[in-house]
Amino acid sequence: MTASRLQHIISSGIVLLVATIVTWISFTQEPADAFLFPRLIAIFFIALAVWNFIRAISGLAKVGEGLDMKSFTNIVPGLLVMGVYVFFAAKTLGFYLASTIAFLLIFTIYDPARLDDVKAWVKRAIVTFVFMSVIYGLFALLLKVQTPRGIWF
Amino acid sequence: MEFLSYFGGVFEPISFLLLLGGTIGGLILGATPGLSPTMAVALLIPFTFHLQPAQGLILLGAAYTSTVAGGAVSAILLKIPGAPANIATSLDGNAMAKKGEGARALHLSFLASGVGGVIGVLLLIFLTPVLAQWALAFSYSHLFWMAILGVTVIGSLDSKSFVKGLLSGCIGLWLSMIGFDDNLGAQRFIFTDALAGGIHIIPALIGLFAIPQVMEMFAKGRANAAIEALEVPKQSFMDSLRELTRNIRALSIGTVFGSIIGIIPGVGGQIAGLVAYDQARKFSPEKEKFGTGHPEGIIAAESANNAMVGPSLVPLLTLSIPGSPTAAVLLGGLIIHGIFPGSDLFDNHPQVAWTFINSMLIGQILMVIFGIYTATWAARIARAPVPIMAAAVMVLALFGSYSVQQSMGDVYIMLSLGVGMFFLEKFGFSAAPLVLGLILGPIAESNFTTGSLIAQAQDGPLLYFMTGPLNMFLIFLVIASVAYSFWSNMVLGKKSVPAEAQS
Repeated sequence: MTASRLQHIISSGIVLLVATIVTWISFTQEPADAFLFPRLIAIFFIALAVWNFIRAISGLAKVGEGLDMKSFTNIVPGLLVMGVYVFFAAKTLGFYLASTIAFLLIFTIYDPARLDDVKAWVKRAIVTFVFMSVIYGLFALLLKVQTPRGIWF
Repeated sequence: MEFLSYFGGVFEPISFLLLLGGTIGGLILGATPGLSPTMAVALLIPFTFHLQPAQGLILLGAAYTSTVAGGAVSAILLKIPGAPANIATSLDGNAMAKKGEGARALHLSFLASGVGGVIGVLLLIFLTPVLAQWALAFSYSHLFWMAILGVTVIGSLDSKSFVKGLLSGCIGLWLSMIGFDDNLGAQRFIFTDALAGGIHIIPALIGLFAIPQVMEMFAKGRANAAIEALEVPKQSFMDSLRELTRNIRALSIGTVFGSIIGIIPGVGGQIAGLVAYDQARKFSPEKEKFGTGHPEGIIAAESANNAMVGPSLVPLLTLSIPGSPTAAVLLGGLIIHGIFPGSDLFDNHPQVAWTFINSMLIGQILMVIFGIYTATWAARIARAPVPIMAAAVMVLALFGSYSVQQSMGDVYIMLSLGVGMFFLEKFGFSAAPLVLGLILGPIAESNFTTGSLIAQAQDGPLLYFMTGPLNMFLIFLVIASVAYSFWSNMVLGKKSVPAEAQS
């Protein structure tokens, strides 16, 4: 079995699992009247999910290129930064400080310039400062959005 | 000619400034590889929340129009289409740029976009009220079927696999049901506190369209900055205009095909550009020059993808069925302002509807002016470093989704949906039907519930929803859209086997 086919089976299996949970909840929860429309949708959802899963197992679900290991490895650091930024840092440190750090980190991780290149660090710092100033101007001054301040800003 | 009396609204200072900003910003975003028009419009929606409905729609409409046209810049100078709608443009545009005719190619592309766009918006102006009046005859059952049709059409036509397209639509419909039921107040699918208020459309739109693109940029890793853009020498505007008038055939083909394809729900600009390009080549006496830097190729493709923009809003503004994924996002923008498409739009909100449509007409002209003006330094825009774009979109997504309800729950939903959508897209699922399900789900459900109550007092739900000429016609369209997609999947699937075997 190829890696791509296995990936298609796993993704179709996850969708089937979600469809099963939705169908089960729709047909077991009360009051029944509140679940009339969800039941209607769940019937089509589960039918299509089963069909898709059978196609994946039989090797017919070929649409979508899947994800190769190199791309996945490239994504992981960015995804980690994004996850920590959104789920932890934004509220704890404050939106603007967390955003500044996250912006600089993403820029540094994916910037092809060498890490010991002083000029590249100056460029990153300037771009981050300018971008965050624009964001502050837009959201704090113009739109007056009250963001979590956290421990600093 | 009702629309003429609302032109003044476009020239009010704030409205006009938004139109200018949306046009210039849209051109820049469109010219930046990796930022799609749909994502640009989704990221702008939080800003419209703080504006009057007409002003918000002006900003979104201007961005929609100019991002599609701006995508030609990177298609021509980098051979990286800024949007799927610009794929056909890159075929001849980049070849011209390599010959040192980048400015000529950019001028022709913006002029053709302008002509196609103006004709497309005129179609929108004249067709929309007619269809909106027709929509007056719709009852709850018809509106229910219309919403379902919206999901199935996009699900089956906009996706590479119709099973996965329809599954995406089902996922969207399910997501729309999360939260408290409107009629009975019952909890539905609330697995965590963040979902108690349901899924708000704006964080969902931002997550579904912006985060997968950020992750696509991550996937390229560090070795992605060496993008070589071709230089753009100066070019006389009048020479370009004369050249456009000499290529009326390609311009007409592009405009006609773009307008027709735009009005078909779910088809979108990518198909419009490619079909028009193909037809222009068939009708051209210089077929062999296509693909080698022939102006007709650019003119046909660009007039088509902008002629598509206006007509793609006809089914949206009258029947709630978006003609393209970006139009689906615009539907979200309308609904957050409490404005629902259909006859209601032109009867109760004529100022909003007509000011928006008129602004798109003016926007086309501004797009040509600024597009041509920026053509000489377009290469610099198109070379925006990918890491900066990824970081900027990520931060904008956080602030945009938080600013709507000032809720961290919305931010968590935005990121979760976005990451989930990235992986789903890798396996052939698409965001457009999912978004349609999310937007049209509440419309379908409320009409289904109200229709069911009425039906109980009449002949029962089965007869109420399944009989009558209009119900039958809409059911036929639902089945036809799915059947057509199934048939084309089967035919294309069979055709692709020998091709793969040969390769």
